[in-house]
Amino acid sequence: MSSSLQIRQLSKSFRGLKAVSSVSFEVPEHHIVGLIGPNGAGKTTIFNMVAGVYAPDAGEIVFDDKSIQGLHPHQVCTAGIGRTFQIVKPFAGLSVLDNVMVGALLRAKSSAEARKRSQDILAKLNLDSKASEPASSLTLPDRKRLEVARALATRPRLLLLDEVMAGLLPTECDQMVQVFRDINRAEGLTILLIEHVMRAVMALARGIVVLHHGEVVSRGTPEQVVRDPAVLECYLGEETEV
Amino acid sequence: MRARVSLAVLLALLAALPAFAGSYALSVATLILYFAYTGQAWNVMMGFAGQLSLGHSLYVGVGGYAAGALFFHYGIGPWAGLWVALLLCVALGVVIGFLAFRFGISGVYFALLTIAFAEFTRIGFDHLDWLGGPGGMFLRVAQRDIWDLANFRGPPLMYYYAMLFLTAGAFALCYFLLRSRAGYYWQAIREDEEAAQALGINTFRWKMLAVAISSAMTAVSGVFFAFYYNNLFPEQIFHISRSIEIILGPVIGGVGTLFGPILGAAVLTLLSDGITEALAALGWEIPGIKQVFYGLVLLAVVMFLPNGIWPTIAKKLRL
Amino acid sequence: MTWDLVVNVVIAGVLTGLVYGLMALGLSVIFGVVRVVNFAHGEMMTVAMYAATVLFAAFKLDPFLAVLPVAAAFFVFGYVMQAGLINPFITRPEHSQFMLMVAVAIIMVNALLMIFGPAAHNVQVDYQLESFELGKILLDKARLYAAAAAVLAAAALFAFFKFSLTGKAIRACADSYLGARVVGLNVKRLYALTFGLGAACVAVAGCAMVLLVDVTPPLGPYYTLLAFVIVIVGGLGSMTGALLGGVLIGVSEALAGLFIAPSAKSMFSFGLLILVLLLRPQGLLGRKQ
Repeated sequence: MSSSLQIRQLSKSFRGLKAVSSVSFEVPEHHIVGLIGPNGAGKTTIFNMVAGVYAPDAGEIVFDDKSIQGLHPHQVCTAGIGRTFQIVKPFAGLSVLDNVMVGALLRAKSSAEARKRSQDILAKLNLDSKASEPASSLTLPDRKRLEVARALATRPRLLLLDEVMAGLLPTECDQMVQVFRDINRAEGLTILLIEHVMRAVMALARGIVVLHHGEVVSRGTPEQVVRDPAVLECYLGEETEV
Repeated sequence: MRARVSLAVLLALLAALPAFAGSYALSVATLILYFAYTGQAWNVMMGFAGQLSLGHSLYVGVGGYAAGALFFHYGIGPWAGLWVALLLCVALGVVIGFLAFRFGISGVYFALLTIAFAEFTRIGFDHLDWLGGPGGMFLRVAQRDIWDLANFRGPPLMYYYAMLFLTAGAFALCYFLLRSRAGYYWQAIREDEEAAQALGINTFRWKMLAVAISSAMTAVSGVFFAFYYNNLFPEQIFHISRSIEIILGPVIGGVGTLFGPILGAAVLTLLSDGITEALAALGWEIPGIKQVFYGLVLLAVVMFLPNGIWPTIAKKLRL
Repeated sequence: MTWDLVVNVVIAGVLTGLVYGLMALGLSVIFGVVRVVNFAHGEMMTVAMYAATVLFAAFKLDPFLAVLPVAAAFFVFGYVMQAGLINPFITRPEHSQFMLMVAVAIIMVNALLMIFGPAAHNVQVDYQLESFELGKILLDKARLYAAAAAVLAAAALFAFFKFSLTGKAIRACADSYLGARVVGLNVKRLYALTFGLGAACVAVAGCAMVLLVDVTPPLGPYYTLLAFVIVIVGGLGSMTGALLGGVLIGVSEALAGLFIAPSAKSMFSFGLLILVLLLRPQGLLGRKQ
């Protein structure tokens, strides 16, 4: 089982506050791994380091056997990693289709090819009926889908999802889960997701890494992690949706 | 389809204009086209790449002086001078862009940076005697009757068609740019730079491209200016009022649209000329009244039609 | 070039710089709190200068006395402008807001040109020709009084922001628009108040400045740029920075005028702006954003 993403001893401090402390874990190829933990645990910081937004203070990030720490965000994407943002960032003035086309143009050899690919992805995410609408007119669940569609258009081998289920109704959440399951199965897309919505994590993740105060406190299969006393302790007093 | 037909009709009308327009109308039309072209050049930086430049007079001035000085001192014609102008302006634009983007300067700070460069250059040129200093540089005009394309001299008709050609060319260029990868990427950068980066776009490179194209196009304006008006003063050509004049067309017509700069330039020039004429007829020839009018139009557009006049009109005409 | 000359030039620069500083203080308050890029700031200053000349011509009113009605008028004008014109623009994109003030600036400067013409206007008061002598040092009375007025006005503004409840409320708005609204502050009214205060600063600075220079319409854009240079060099969000920046620019202008050429003095200011934007955008005393 080869690894898609390897995080080794990753550390990051902000003005003296250690946000991420010597974190190591792996995301095996074609797997879906969940990264969970209370707010402020350092999950998005790790994402941002993988995505190239921050450079780590220490540690290594290896993707497909290549070191990628310190790369710029656009280089990380070209290397094969797509990401969504916790607070969605649609290109509000562009149409839904054009939003996805921006992503598709990375790998497509022509505008026509990009357009075809974009339309296919929109269909997969049930947004094809809204293709010519301005992105600003979409509801939140649709914006989340657009965010995912756009990232998928860059043909990533690893997709980083940052709290994609937040704010979605249970039915919408289930729909999204199905989309990811399908893509993972059909195209072998590796997924690393940050989630608070346990419903989604339990349904999707094959492996879970639990973060608290910037450190890994537990890892394993969902069944193992849910029973781990260390995990229950760090969530005690926090609200989780199951 | 309607849009293409309308465009073709407009082009035909403009091409035929000299046949039924007097010399004054022709000069006004040339001016409109000048502002339409220069506004379109500015639009590439602002409308496409989202970078607000309030110092675009820098490129007009440098372009004009470069070609003008070569002609003045060495008799080198404008076609060769054009290349020097392009080179210098693109280099300047690249330097400013590089400094701004590498150091993360954007928004109002970027605008102030562009103003500072233009002002710095204005005062600097005032002290360069080789370029005529504050007294200005005057290019000798041989005659105005014969078409001398090599030296870009001739009747007003020649200048009109030159400007028409440039404006149409700029329009075509921007049209193809917008539909290309560049267009998509620029709009993405303009909307949300961080999201654009996450999609593999090297935003630095694409912003620099916009700056380079914009400054190159504006250099051509400068060369035209030099050989049309035949006098260059630092106080005049680099002044912040020139920079503001350049942006008025696109802002009023519609930033980021293809036709906005052209419409804006037309509306502004025609109305302001009309008002000046009307006031002169009433005996009111007050300096400053034209600019107050500009200010009021700009105010009205910014307040009530923030996207400019063109999007509203386009919708009404269903183009 | 004697040492005394240089010292006197520097002192004159400091005093003029304090008046610049007050003008910039007004911008710092407006830009720092309301986040409006007041591109008409210098034009407002010029209007204040013209107002002082008009009051002097009509009533022989000393500019320092004219401060009262002019500042009051400017306060009202600033309040109304923010409340009526600018407030709706808070949520609009940045360049839209910018264009609004550019339009206002164009209208102001050219209205002045229409009303007063391009020739210079000034006031002529006796003490403009007198100076205090401290040994070899000559302190122009007018310049000293102008600087004193600037410092007084700045001190009053400092005190207002530090000690009064409204002042603290305004500082809260500057820190967080949403937070201020959440605790029930009427942010729009406070913004209008702030703009009014900023405008009043400009009024005082203008009345003081008219004793030092003749006023022409092109001073408007020049002072706008100068105000931005000072605010950026001194540091956005720092009131002391605005005054310090003003003094710095005043002195460097004076020295550049002495050692290079009078016409080159603003070149230095723009060069400084470029350097500061690139190397230390938060300015000398500003907070890093």
